[in-house]
Amino acid sequence: MKERLVLVGNGMAGIRTLEELLKLDPDAYEITVFGAEPWPNYNRIMLSPVLAGEKTVDDIILNDREWYERNGITLHTGDPVVEIDRVSRKVVSRSGLEVPYDRLLLATGSDPFIIPVPGSDLPGVVGFRDIADVEAMLEAAKKYRKAAVIGGGLLGLEAANGLMANGMDVTVVHLMDILMERQLDRTAAQMLKKSLEARGMKFLMEAQTAEVLGEEQVTGLKFADGSELEADLVVMAVGIRPNVELAQKAGLYCERGVVVNDTMQTYDPRIYAVGECVQHRGRTYGLVAPLFEQAKVAANHLARIGIARYEGSVTSTKLKVTGIDLFSAGEFNESEGDETLILQDPARNVYKKLVVRDNRIRGAVMYGDTIDGTWYFQLLREGTDISGFRSTILFGQHDLGDAGHGDETRVAALSDDAEICGCNGVTKGQIVDAIQTQGLFTLDEVRAHTKASASCGSCTGLVEAILASTVGEGYEAQPSKKPLCGCTEHSHDEVIQAIKEHELKNMRAVMDFLEWKTPDGCASCRPALNYYLLAHWPEEYHDDPQSRFINERAHGNIQKDGTYSVVPRMFGGLCTPDQLRAIAEVADKYHVPEMKVTGGQRIDLFGVKKEDLPAMWKDLTDAGFVSGHAYGKAMRTVKTCAGKKWCRFGTQDSTGLGVKLEELTWGSWMPHKFKLAVSGCPRNCAEATIKDFGVVCVDSGYELHIGGNGGIKVRVTDLLCKVETEEEVLEYCGAFTQMYREEAHYLERTAPWVERVGLSYIKSRILEDEEGRRALYERFKLGQKYAQVDPWKERAEGKHAHEFRPLKLSA
Amino acid sequence: MNDWKEVANLEEIPRLGSRVVEVEDGTIALFRTSDDQVFALRDACPHKQGPLSQGIVAGHTVTCPLHNWKIDLESGEALAPDEGCTNVYSVKVESGRVYLQI
Repeated sequence: MKERLVLVGNGMAGIRTLEELLKLDPDAYEITVFGAEPWPNYNRIMLSPVLAGEKTVDDIILNDREWYERNGITLHTGDPVVEIDRVSRKVVSRSGLEVPYDRLLLATGSDPFIIPVPGSDLPGVVGFRDIADVEAMLEAAKKYRKAAVIGGGLLGLEAANGLMANGMDVTVVHLMDILMERQLDRTAAQMLKKSLEARGMKFLMEAQTAEVLGEEQVTGLKFADGSELEADLVVMAVGIRPNVELAQKAGLYCERGVVVNDTMQTYDPRIYAVGECVQHRGRTYGLVAPLFEQAKVAANHLARIGIARYEGSVTSTKLKVTGIDLFSAGEFNESEGDETLILQDPARNVYKKLVVRDNRIRGAVMYGDTIDGTWYFQLLREGTDISGFRSTILFGQHDLGDAGHGDETRVAALSDDAEICGCNGVTKGQIVDAIQTQGLFTLDEVRAHTKASASCGSCTGLVEAILASTVGEGYEAQPSKKPLCGCTEHSHDEVIQAIKEHELKNMRAVMDFLEWKTPDGCASCRPALNYYLLAHWPEEYHDDPQSRFINERAHGNIQKDGTYSVVPRMFGGLCTPDQLRAIAEVADKYHVPEMKVTGGQRIDLFGVKKEDLPAMWKDLTDAGFVSGHAYGKAMRTVKTCAGKKWCRFGTQDSTGLGVKLEELTWGSWMPHKFKLAVSGCPRNCAEATIKDFGVVCVDSGYELHIGGNGGIKVRVTDLLCKVETEEEVLEYCGAFTQMYREEAHYLERTAPWVERVGLSYIKSRILEDEEGRRALYERFKLGQKYAQVDPWKERAEGKHAHEFRPLKLSA
Repeated sequence: MNDWKEVANLEEIPRLGSRVVEVEDGTIALFRTSDDQVFALRDACPHKQGPLSQGIVAGHTVTCPLHNWKIDLESGEALAPDEGCTNVYSVKVESGRVYLQI
């Protein structure tokens, strides 16, 4: 018989846990859900738009009743659990239902805190917590005119904004002298107050409520200083309190919330708790992102996988008041030893502040322009060293050499038909619509449903910004530890480390050791594992063609019509009349419909049928060519300029050095494509400063540049160092390449890798550690011994013939 | 009723790989999974007609090489949230020989 799981609380945290559990193990439990409210699970953070009339209750339902049925979940709505009997392991509901459990999940959420002053129980006093509260407010807005909202925090301001949208005259009463003091510093809070006042919101600051006035219905508020305020509706939005009553009654250990450990278990290991009712490592959370992280961990444990741990969350906040952009995260009020970076533009009404210590972001407050909030938040959570771009950080991420989409600074201001994802033609309106109708919270979900940012990824930041501005605080920022793919919980770094440390030398060993969840992996992880194994065990690992993307398996670029393109290698971009004749003959012989000179100084032959490839390669290899690897996550090309031999400005032999570099590096598999260039003088005709490894020759030697990118996001290289001889160029190039091969994540180009690990780290390994550099270079050369076997020649001689030959039917 | 026609020895199709066979009205892709089952689909993704035979096989699915749609080898249907379907052909394996019903 299946074990029984009972969920107490039909809110976002609890249902999210069930969703995660169903994904991991759909048949593990017979599930029963109790909810106090009469509705199925809805999106509580969307209550503000419902109040403001921008959405209906139906719009914010996340899982309709059919979802429960489809997943075999018994749902009892409008029937809260009133008792947990831990001895006989059952729960009792208000209507008298008794349901036994093997495991119990508490997700009782929180209650609005009602200030205990006389009159606080009068009709007309409401909290702002659930649909019933919203309905009460909407009802009141029809009958009355004057509203007072106690509490100038996030929730209070959203309530006030919603009531104003319903035509009420609203006064916000706040105990402190600045609004949202838990999220904003003084400057941002004042800017916020000013713009809310401009919309007609009124404020009573430093006002302590002493009494709610009225006899049968609220008529006003009285304050500690004796003054009074007229009001027909009073909304208490001064905070929330974890709902621990049920847990406490059952004898579970509670402080402010139900105390749980890192696997979300209470002091009774059969009973889990997630969400706002929980206290974890002394902290309680009222925002949705941490709840979802908890849900993942609880589900993992309930599914008996048991390797996930919850270690607390760093939270960020956005205000969901239309037209006001506001973001805050971390420690935004500086304390001793902190430095603050501030950008303030009163005319544009923009304010950005970063609190920094030891070149790491500790907190951020932004007002008016919040597009980079997600980026700052990411830098904060990952503890990134910002010294490399500290001087421009306040201008935003697009200032870091992003010539792609970065200048679209205000997502909120974009029209619905603005195209966000140029690859897949997805507009802002389609993304927003999918987020709202499908109840999406993560970047991955948006990608799966809309394809936005699912191809080249350059619009990822924009899509994240739309996600953040659409769901507000519900946006689940990318977790700091990201699993390699859906087949595993382990990150790229963990996989690489395991392969190295535990000497895992084939794919089965990696999958078994790291407990892969799927038998064969998937199209994401298999190519990654194949690469990691190849990079770390060049002598022992046998390449697995079935784990290669087709381009690398067929050693050509697949085109949209299923034909392939062929690019022979021309070292350093040099060629001879004989080589050109050979290429021309091959093109004629195989009826190549189109030829083109590539950006990397090669010749591309398009439209070749797959079955013709081996024969064509035979002709090319007979003429002395090897594969150009234009199809691979591999070393691609070395681009050169004319150099000293011909050019009147040339300082060194750039073509000769280019040929030497290409002879050293060709054939090497990489985490992503890898391009080199050598320019003969600082005029830089070979564009070496947007290459993964670029050399700019000067009269006294060679400048070595790394981490450039001319693709989706243009990034200019960082100068690594200057050396004096060609031998040094080769050694530094080999060492840098090997370091990238061993340490970058699969499909991570050098540009984001250099930004992630930091230039100073790379310098410490390549420049300061001479012995380490030599060792890296030696390892590179060792790998090359096995990599520089021309795949075209092998296949021309019959290797993997089945790949290219169709089967024949026999009668 | 269509006939069973022999197309290959099982060993001619690489495990977690595929082979194609040309028939009158197009190309059929034969896939061999890690549990040595063989499936046959029309060699065209329901999305933009990409050659599924060139995709990566995992479990009982293949990922189209053009835009990463995942297609169920048993039903020919795209996995959610994508929608679409490609033709499925009957295949059987008898004493190491693969037969296709066309």
